[in-house]
Amino acid sequence: MRYIVISNNQTIPVAEIPVLAYGDFFELNTGLVAGHPERHCVNYFGYPVGEKIKLFCCIADDNTHQILISSCLVGRSDELAAFSGKVLSFEKFEREIHENFGITFSGHPWLKPVRYPCNRADQSQEIANYPFWKIDSEELHEVGVGPIHAGIIEPGHFRFICNGEQILHLEIQLGFQHRGVEPLFLEKKKLLQRTILAESIAGDTVVGHTVAFAQLWESLCGFKPVEDIDFARTLALELERIAIHTGDLSAVCTDIAYQLGSAVFGRLRTPIINYMQEWGGNRLGKGLVRPGRNQFPFTRTLADRLREVLDLYEPDFEEMNHKLFRLPSALSRFERTGTVSYEDLLSIGAVGMAARMNNLNRDIRASHPYAFYPALKHEPVVKHHGDVYSRVQIRKEEIRQSIGYIREMIGHVPAIAGSGKLNEEPRPDSFTLSLVEGWRGEICHCAMTGPTGELVLYKVKDPSFHNWLALALAVRNNEISDFPICNKSFNLSYCGHDL
Amino acid sequence: MFENLKILFHQGKQFIPNVTTAKVPGIFRGRPVISRAETDVEALVEICPVDAISAAPVSIDLGKCTFCGECARAFPEKISFTQDYKISTNIRERLVVQEGDDRPIEVDPAKVREEIHRILGRSLKLRQVSAAGDNSCEWELNAANNVQFDMSRFGIDFVASPRHADGIVITGPISRNMAEPLQLCYDATPDPKMVVLVGTDAISGGIFAGSPALDRSFLDKYPIDLYIPGNPAHPLTIINGLLDLTRKRKGK
Repeated sequence: MRYIVISNNQTIPVAEIPVLAYGDFFELNTGLVAGHPERHCVNYFGYPVGEKIKLFCCIADDNTHQILISSCLVGRSDELAAFSGKVLSFEKFEREIHENFGITFSGHPWLKPVRYPCNRADQSQEIANYPFWKIDSEELHEVGVGPIHAGIIEPGHFRFICNGEQILHLEIQLGFQHRGVEPLFLEKKKLLQRTILAESIAGDTVVGHTVAFAQLWESLCGFKPVEDIDFARTLALELERIAIHTGDLSAVCTDIAYQLGSAVFGRLRTPIINYMQEWGGNRLGKGLVRPGRNQFPFTRTLADRLREVLDLYEPDFEEMNHKLFRLPSALSRFERTGTVSYEDLLSIGAVGMAARMNNLNRDIRASHPYAFYPALKHEPVVKHHGDVYSRVQIRKEEIRQSIGYIREMIGHVPAIAGSGKLNEEPRPDSFTLSLVEGWRGEICHCAMTGPTGELVLYKVKDPSFHNWLALALAVRNNEISDFPICNKSFNLSYCGHDL
Repeated sequence: MFENLKILFHQGKQFIPNVTTAKVPGIFRGRPVISRAETDVEALVEICPVDAISAAPVSIDLGKCTFCGECARAFPEKISFTQDYKISTNIRERLVVQEGDDRPIEVDPAKVREEIHRILGRSLKLRQVSAAGDNSCEWELNAANNVQFDMSRFGIDFVASPRHADGIVITGPISRNMAEPLQLCYDATPDPKMVVLVGTDAISGGIFAGSPALDRSFLDKYPIDLYIPGNPAHPLTIINGLLDLTRKRKGK
C-alpha cells in the first residue's frame, strides 16, 4: 500500500504510515486530488526527524468517508518539485513547510511567508518587510489597510491595487496574531492547559476547536465517549453555529447601512449566547467541552429552557428575514457582489461555507461524521452563485437547519451515563487526526506521540487557512467600497490562521 | 413602513435599564470567594492551568485566572465563583482575591490620574487594539455597544483612528508581530491618554504567558489605568469598569 486508510478520529501507529520516495509521494498525492473534487488535502505538514524532515500528507475522500495518509522523508536542501505546480490547492501548505523548515519547492508560484512564526527557519524575515505583489503603473494606485482596522476586530494587513474605484488585486498579509499555539501544545504538559489552549485558538470557534482537540485526545488515549458526551458536543456546535451566523447577518446589515437588520439580528444573538452561559457559565462556551467527561451534562430542564429560547428566537428571526430578503436596497448590494467561481474555489481548496456558496459540497458533518452527526444524517446547504447573497443565504438556511437539529435532539435527551475514566497517557508512537465542521468550515487537528506517549507534534488547521484566498479573489473587479461587505460575508479568523 | 414598525414593536424593550444592578443569567463565573476551610492546598495550587492560585494564604489572581472553574469543581468547599461581574480595578494587586475575602473589587478613585477625571470624565473615545487576542474579548467589546448593553449612552465610544481617541484598549497577550503596530497606535494617540487592558490574556498573557512568540515590553513602559479581567471579559464588567474609572470620585 502506498497510503494508509483511516476514518475520522482514528488512532494508528506512526510506523504504519507508509514512507515513500518523494517522486512516488508527489505522484500519489497530486494524483489523488487532481480531477477529483470529492478529495482534498486536509493537512500537509513537516516534522523534524534529526537533520531531515518527514512530510505527512492527509487526503480526505468525501465519498468513501476515508482519510488517506502517506509520508516521505526529505533533506532540508533537497530539490523537490512543488505539488502546487500540478495541483494549486497545495500552495499554502508548501509555503508553510518552506517557512518552518526552509525546504524549497521548485515550480511553486511564490514561496511567500505565511505567518512569521517565532520558530521560523529564516529569522531574517520580518513581518514589516512582507513582499507584496506590485504592479508598476502610472494609473493604478495602492491602498493599504491595517494591521489595525477601524472597528473592533483582529489585525491583518490588506493591500489593494486599484484602478480608480475598482479593485484589480488584493493581497492579504497575516501573521500579526501569532502566539505560538502549536509549540505550546507540546510545552504545556497538563491536559487542562492543553484544553484551555484549544479554547483559545479562536475565541469565536471555542466549541469547534475544543471538540476537535477533545476527540483527538480521547482517540489517542483509547477512550470512547458515551452517548451523552457526543450529544452535548453536537448541541454546543450547532448553538455556536446559530449564534455566530446570527451575528454575521447583523454585521452584513451594518455594512450595507441597514440599521434595522443590524439591530435586530444583533440583539437576537444575545439569547443564544446567554443560553450558552446558562448551560456552561460562559457566553462563548469556554469551559463547556472537556476531554473524557461531560463537564456540564445536558438535562431535561436545560432542554425545556432551550426550547423556550428557540420559541422566542424563531418568530423574530423569520420576521426580520422576511423583510431583509425582500428589500431591494439590500438585495442590490448582495447579488453578484464578491463572486468566486466553482473552479477557483476548487483550485484553492476552499472549505466550509466558502466552498458551499458555489456548488462545492464540503461539509465534514456529512462526509466524515463524528459525535452525534451520523444519527442526524446531515444534508449540507449548498448555493450556486458564489456571491455575498449566497453566503448570506447559507447563514439563514443553516440557522434554520441547526434549529431543526436541536429540536430533534432535545426531544430525546439521553440519560447521563457515568463514563469510564480517561487514561492520562496517550498511546505511544501513534498518530491521530480529527476533523470537525465548525461554523466556518473544516477544522483539522493532528497529533503524534513519541515512544513514551508524550506529545511530539500538534498541528492545527482552521478553515480560514484556505479561505482567506477566496476573499482575495472575491473582491477582484468589485468596487473598493464593497470590500467591507465581502469581508464580513466570509468572516474569517485571523488568530485561527496565525495560531 | 408599517412592516418596519411591526418589527420594531416585536422586539420589545431590549436595553438593560440599569447596567450597574443587572443580573446575569445562569451560572456565571464572576468574582471568586475562597473560604477558610481546610483543604489539600498543594493539590489546589496544582490544578490551576495558569498558576493563578497561590498558597499561604490561598489566593486567586484574577489577572491570570482563565475562569475555567476547575478549582471550584474540585474543591467546592474551598472555592466558589459568584455572580459578581464588577471585577475591574485600576490597582493590579486588587485582582488578587485572598481566602476569607468577600468584598467587591473596586476602582480606587484616589489613584486615578487627575486628568482622567477632569478631561475624560464625561466623554470617552477609545481606540481598540487587538494584539493577538483570540477574538473573544473583541467580541464582548463589540457586544458592549449593541442595543442591549448600549455603552454609548454613557458617552463611551470606540473610534476608528487613534488620532480621535482618548486612550487605547488592548486585548490579547501582545504578540511579537503586533508589538510595533501597538506602539505606533499608542504614539498616535493625543495626550492625556489612558491604557486599558481587557481580558486575562492582555493582563498576564493568560495561557500564552511565557510563549516566545510574545513581546509584552510595551506594558513595562506605560502606566495601566484599568484592568478588566475575564476570559473573555463580560460586557457588564467592561462597562462598569470604564464607568467607575471615569465617574467615581473620592469619598463617594
